[in-house]
Amino acid sequence: MTGDVLDIRNLSLRFESQQGAVHALRNIDMAVPRGEIVGVVGESGSGKSTLALTIMRLLSGNAVISSGAIDFCGADLLKLPEDDMRAIRGTRISMVFQDPMTSLNPVRSIGAQMADIQYRDRTASAAQKRRKSAKALQRVGIPDADVQLDRYPFQFSGGMRQRIAIAMSLLQKPELLIADEVTTALDVTLEAQILHLLRELRKDINGSILFISHNLGAIAEICDRVVVLYAGEVVESAPVGDIFNRPQHPYTKALIACDPARIEKVTRELPVIAGDVPNLHRIPEACIFAPRCAVAIDRCHTTRPADVLAGREHRARCHLVAGARP
Amino acid sequence: MNLLKVRDLHVRYAIAGPVKAMIAGLASRYIDAVIDVSFDVERGSTLAIVGESGSGKSTLARAIVGLTRIAGGTVEFDGRNPFAAGRGGGRAYHREVSMMFQDPVSSLSPRRTVEALITEPFIVHGLKDKDLPAEARRLLALVGLPHDFASRYPHQLSGGQARRVGVARAIALNPKLIIADEPTAGLDVSVQGEILNLLARLQGEFGLTYVIITHNLAVVRHASDRAAIMYMGRFVEMGPTADVFTCPAHPYAAALIAAQPHPDPGKRRTEPALMGEVTSLRNRPSGCEFHPRCAKAKDICRSEAPAVTELGPMRTVRCHFPSLARR
Repeated sequence: MTGDVLDIRNLSLRFESQQGAVHALRNIDMAVPRGEIVGVVGESGSGKSTLALTIMRLLSGNAVISSGAIDFCGADLLKLPEDDMRAIRGTRISMVFQDPMTSLNPVRSIGAQMADIQYRDRTASAAQKRRKSAKALQRVGIPDADVQLDRYPFQFSGGMRQRIAIAMSLLQKPELLIADEVTTALDVTLEAQILHLLRELRKDINGSILFISHNLGAIAEICDRVVVLYAGEVVESAPVGDIFNRPQHPYTKALIACDPARIEKVTRELPVIAGDVPNLHRIPEACIFAPRCAVAIDRCHTTRPADVLAGREHRARCHLVAGARP
Repeated sequence: MNLLKVRDLHVRYAIAGPVKAMIAGLASRYIDAVIDVSFDVERGSTLAIVGESGSGKSTLARAIVGLTRIAGGTVEFDGRNPFAAGRGGGRAYHREVSMMFQDPVSSLSPRRTVEALITEPFIVHGLKDKDLPAEARRLLALVGLPHDFASRYPHQLSGGQARRVGVARAIALNPKLIIADEPTAGLDVSVQGEILNLLARLQGEFGLTYVIITHNLAVVRHASDRAAIMYMGRFVEMGPTADVFTCPAHPYAAALIAAQPHPDPGKRRTEPALMGEVTSLRNRPSGCEFHPRCAKAKDICRSEAPAVTELGPMRTVRCHFPSLARR
């Protein structure tokens, strides 16, 4: 089967607060094609995690979805009754979080938690579930899986915990895996191991992963396509090669230029993006990045740019992209 | 001229009381967090200490500042032992050495304003006759924050701004040495650059000396003069940063550098550079501590701990088979 596992169209979301509404996501359009790893990159506050939680429908009560649809294998997740959504979570879409210490239950053994996830499987016996769990742990490179099942999260190191979280998320062979900053809390050596593991596991789950990270290195390492999020908007999306070699949006360019890992020549004067992330209470009728943009022209401060096609499957939301018409 | 001289520093933590250790039959009731660490830091320079979690970086930093008891070895600051009794040695030392802690938001008291936070060092050190609001304005200007930030509380600050407040606190008393524990952890790349640039500017302006503790190798490469790679409490390699990066001699240093993901999809790796994880400090491997993870390990590595070898001026490695080739 080909096509898109996940297709998000025109998604807008706001959080109601006492100080007024915060427009956290605005007109998001993006898709995860079957078998591809799609990276979502952006700085803190860009809406990366909100996007993940919206897909899982795990948002807090003050979130209001004002428009859009999230199409998952033909069904709009935003319109599903809660019961149907619960059947999808953890089975057809699963999620791995940043901090494996807080996402695992500290007072239950790993084995018990892994059996819990299989609660829908009425036909399997407890022993069968345990065998399945042990196999999943082996798959993510945890030795003596059978013994480990009786241990508790605090008895594992951070890297091991993240492996366990990944094993749990893949237990039910989901069609889509959402990985939210899964390597951020890890050391570089462990990060490399986890990225390698995800790449290895790709075929087991038909490969569709939504990989959320602020680390450009990790994104470049495993993603096929990249979506760049800035202050709640998709400013650019393209195949990974295009994002890194032919970035079109000034924000993408600046983000890549800022990464010290990318600067070959040693310097004490690192490039930065001047200014602050905009206040999302009031969204200007203009380009959201204009106040921080080094190349902004008058039009950028008065008119909101449309998405421009800058290449094959390469879109950028900027007035200055070649081909953009006034 | 060296500002800080550390020799054979040893820090250990007790993991059990004497009775419990006897009942449980523990061979030792201590774990060694830092072992035989020796280094010099030249005035006005930056030393970066790199290692994975649990390698002892933060313990080393805390020991130098005097927040953790030293079990052996010496620390010499500006030609004297800062921990010697008499003359209120500790207090004077803490004026000249300050520490920037990890996680700036939780290291700032949530109930105090920025002004109270950054002028606290003056009060602690009995300098109450200073014009504190004026000092607050001076410090805010130095770290590039608008002066009206003085009345804000920590929760009103972004990660980068909180980090700047941390810098302001650290430089308040005109110290000579600043020890920065993970100064950029948790920051976005663009903000990370701002903080590193600020530290570099202050170093130029005041001739500050830095010891930066980090696990971010890209930061080390740009922001330090010398780098030390730490593994299970020991310095396994130390030298001028450029040399360590271009020709790492210790297999661990080489693996660490190779493990960094490259923000370039054309440079993808197929195999992780280093498998496994840091072994528990409770059961240190015999011989060279890195041998269970080392691809080059031979018999001697399993039985005999390597001594420190000098590879050149200011360049040392602790390995039986150091690599001398350029990467």
